[in-house]
Amino acid sequence: MTDATGPDQVTGATPDNAIRNADRADNGPVLAADGTPLKRSLNRALRREKTRALLLIAPLLLFILITFIAPIADMLFRSVENAIVEDTLPATVEALDEWDSATEELPSPDVFRALFFDLFVAAEAKEHTQLGTRLNYEQTGISSTFRSTGRGLDDIGELYQDVFEDQNELWEEADFWYAMMNAGDGAAAGDLLAAERARMAALTDEPKDGEIGFAPSATIASILPRTTREYTAFAILTALVEEDVVAEEEPWEAVFAALGLDLQDQSLRAGIEGYSGPGAAELQAALANVDSLPVVDYRAAFIEEDDDWGDPEVWRTLQTYSDRYTMGYFLNSIDLQLTPDGIQSRPEDEQIYILLFQRTLIMSMAITLSCILLGYPIAFLLANLPLRTANVLMILVLLPFWTSLLVRTSAWKVLLQQQGVINDILVWIGLVDDANRLVMINNQTGTIIAMTHILLPFMILPLYSVMKTIPPAYVRAAKSLGATDWTAFWRVYFPNSVPGIGAGSILVFILAIGYYITPELVGGTTGVFISNRIAYHISSSLNWGLAAALGSILLAAVLILYWTYDRIVGIDNVKLGG
Amino acid sequence: MDSGPSGFVVFDRVQKSYDGETLVVKDLNLSIGKGEFLTMLGPSGSGKTTCLMMLAGFETATHGEILLDGNPINNIPPHKRGIGMVFQNYALFPHMTVAENLAFPLEVRKLDKSTREEKVKRALDMVQMGAFGGRRPAQLSGGQQQRIALARALVFEPELVLMDEPLGALDKQLREHMQFEITNLAHSLGITTVYVTHDQTEALTMSDRVAVFDDGRIQQLAPPDTLYEEPENAFVAQFIGENNALSGKVEQIQGDRCTVRLDNGALIDAKPVNVSQPGERTTISIRPERVEFNPELGPDAHTLDAEVLEFIYMGDVFRTRLRVAGRDDFFVKTRNRADQVRLNAGEHVKIGWLPQDCRALDA
Ligand SMILES: Nc1ncnc2c1ncn2[C@@H]1O[C@H](COP(=O)(O)OP(=O)(O)OP(=O)(O)O)[C@@H](O)[C@H]1O
Ligand SMILES: [Mg+2]
Repeated sequence: MTDATGPDQVTGATPDNAIRNADRADNGPVLAADGTPLKRSLNRALRREKTRALLLIAPLLLFILITFIAPIADMLFRSVENAIVEDTLPATVEALDEWDSATEELPSPDVFRALFFDLFVAAEAKEHTQLGTRLNYEQTGISSTFRSTGRGLDDIGELYQDVFEDQNELWEEADFWYAMMNAGDGAAAGDLLAAERARMAALTDEPKDGEIGFAPSATIASILPRTTREYTAFAILTALVEEDVVAEEEPWEAVFAALGLDLQDQSLRAGIEGYSGPGAAELQAALANVDSLPVVDYRAAFIEEDDDWGDPEVWRTLQTYSDRYTMGYFLNSIDLQLTPDGIQSRPEDEQIYILLFQRTLIMSMAITLSCILLGYPIAFLLANLPLRTANVLMILVLLPFWTSLLVRTSAWKVLLQQQGVINDILVWIGLVDDANRLVMINNQTGTIIAMTHILLPFMILPLYSVMKTIPPAYVRAAKSLGATDWTAFWRVYFPNSVPGIGAGSILVFILAIGYYITPELVGGTTGVFISNRIAYHISSSLNWGLAAALGSILLAAVLILYWTYDRIVGIDNVKLGG
Repeated sequence: MDSGPSGFVVFDRVQKSYDGETLVVKDLNLSIGKGEFLTMLGPSGSGKTTCLMMLAGFETATHGEILLDGNPINNIPPHKRGIGMVFQNYALFPHMTVAENLAFPLEVRKLDKSTREEKVKRALDMVQMGAFGGRRPAQLSGGQQQRIALARALVFEPELVLMDEPLGALDKQLREHMQFEITNLAHSLGITTVYVTHDQTEALTMSDRVAVFDDGRIQQLAPPDTLYEEPENAFVAQFIGENNALSGKVEQIQGDRCTVRLDNGALIDAKPVNVSQPGERTTISIRPERVEFNPELGPDAHTLDAEVLEFIYMGDVFRTRLRVAGRDDFFVKTRNRADQVRLNAGEHVKIGWLPQDCRALDA
């Protein structure tokens, strides 16, 4: 018996084989008509086609990249990004590095002093509350500490300012300051200016490259480094954020504080005495009077502003979250937290996300299951009814797509509530006592019922299209071979419809796991999903990092499920259509 | 061969309508004997599959009764009828291996494992597919699938096997091979077979009897040779084998001889089959190989004038196309013998035939 297809497989010295051998033994690679190796000219021909194909899909590809891939990448990035601490308090973070968080002692006064200058600039740029909000996610209460301290910073600066202004009225003059600090015709400290521009840009998240009408003098920068630095920051923010003229604005209190520190610094003494530029006389006079300057205890001053600064816990939090990237959001997403002692679980009453993830998964499975149970018979009917009837039924299946999601969900509210239609009927029949009406809304039951209804078409359509391709002859063959109706269905029809179940389940499950509106409306407190929490963090608590981490976990869960499914069932076994 | 009303399968005045408006099967009477190989032959849409489906139990007759071994079949559900069936597209279960496909009818009959395995092996060997038990149907060629479908229909040893155009999808060579195998198997196992095809050669070569279907009726039910040589009406004559048809009017009838006046006025002899009175319109039917050139048939025999239109060389035979009685689709087939004349286009010849070879059928 010969095979219907396939080449003959006779081995040995047949004429055909002789020709084949001759072909093979021929001198090396096969050549195209123009003498180039065939492989190369084939590749060239294919490349041209590929390029053209790529150009054709380029607009779509770009669209997908920009609108789909980019936001996801951004989300993944946000879930670990934590630059705000270092950007807002660069010097503090650096100074705090040496502090041993295990001790019960507070950080050194230097750290508090660094915090004063960092926070002062941040407050001027109105960024300090954001940092407070960020740290508040990790330790409740920090937010208000930052807000109240922001208001008291001026007082600390004024301790110096008052002394200077008592000495000489000129210190109150904006143009006196400007003349002293500005480079004018002399050498400018370009590095310092660039560094300050970068610091301000990081702080405000906006580029600070505009013209500011000021360049720090190199001479003054070398004899008064702290002062110049603060003044430059002041100049940048004044020119670019306030949009005022630097020369007409009186410097911040922090600039006076910096000047005070510079004057009290023994190592700068010689430089100031040798200085001869603008304001030299006033500076040297102030230096002579250096003893009248206050020696501020920044630590005490901060604690006076807000008791919490005296709590090492606040500093520990600040130190733990000072890295530019953090696992904090992800840990938070699974009810853990990063502490100086390592990763620990959150307090009992703050644990919520694991529960929500579990609930989301379990309820999505329940929804998928009920979609299979309801959808399978409908799809079966659709696939086996005469075409006309099937079309009418199909319209009924698609009908929900034509009404607003909101309307459909609200309709379930009407039906399911305790004074609703279903309860009324049950009471009227006498199945349910009037006093014990069923609670079917604002809980898990409500979510499952409403979402099953909404996602049902996504189960029916793939099932239908797969069932449509199962030849009726299969079941007939099974019956002719002696199978009962049930055996024929279970052993022959059902296995052939499994790809449809797979496709429908993946669709429904993935849609359900990220569903938001319906659980929000009918879920109450026990029926909400993780996505409702994500929405809350995006629109109410504005904790985008946590929202992004939760979203990333959701994404990973879906991908893992998809992968498992592929391993178990095989993704080529998923059919959305013929 | 038992062909009385007490046959193994009996269709008794069966009618079938799908839509309540037209009858797809009109008054079907058929009796099939035990061990017989009966073929239902007919053009597309003539109701063959419908008959098969009624027998298998997937359609119910609108009227009349079908008896299987003397019992009305309507009372038996399909899975209890014990009828093996080979479907037009084989209907092998794609999610099962070949061996599982074959074991399926045995499993539902609750046979134990070792018996199952033995029977599956025997059935596979029977169709010479013993090495393919572990494959999926999709991994088999068309001919191999066909053989598996056959083995599956036979593995539970049914007494009756229905086959609906099982060879329709195969190429000519394989088809001829399988025709031979199927008939051999059916006869050696002593199975009653109802075979559906619209390929007449297949019907003629395989069957004990052929039922020619048209328009929901059996036009003729006869063994292949009778069907070819003695068609009972113009449809059968035309449908089975090559045929020349000329229409005319009966001039006179004498016993088993009649004279027909063709539409162009010429007279010719024929054997009356479906005509009874002079003046009736008729179609006379003559096989191409029974026509003679320049015949010497006796003094009172009639001949026709013909013009050669085309001479076709076919190796073992010659086909000559002629214009006869105003029609130019008249063929004559002659054997390629040394003394056979080869006519050229444009020549004029006389043709004739023995009266008993030409049948005067319905108009
Ligand atoms: N399920 C059905 N509903 C309505 N009409 C049908 C149905 N099945 C068949 N018919 C009609 O019945 C007639 C006979 O069909 P049947 O399938 O028996 O033909 P057949 O002889 O098997 O043709 P073929 O050689 O093409 O297979 C056709 O006119 C067909 O259109
Ligand atoms: Mg058919």
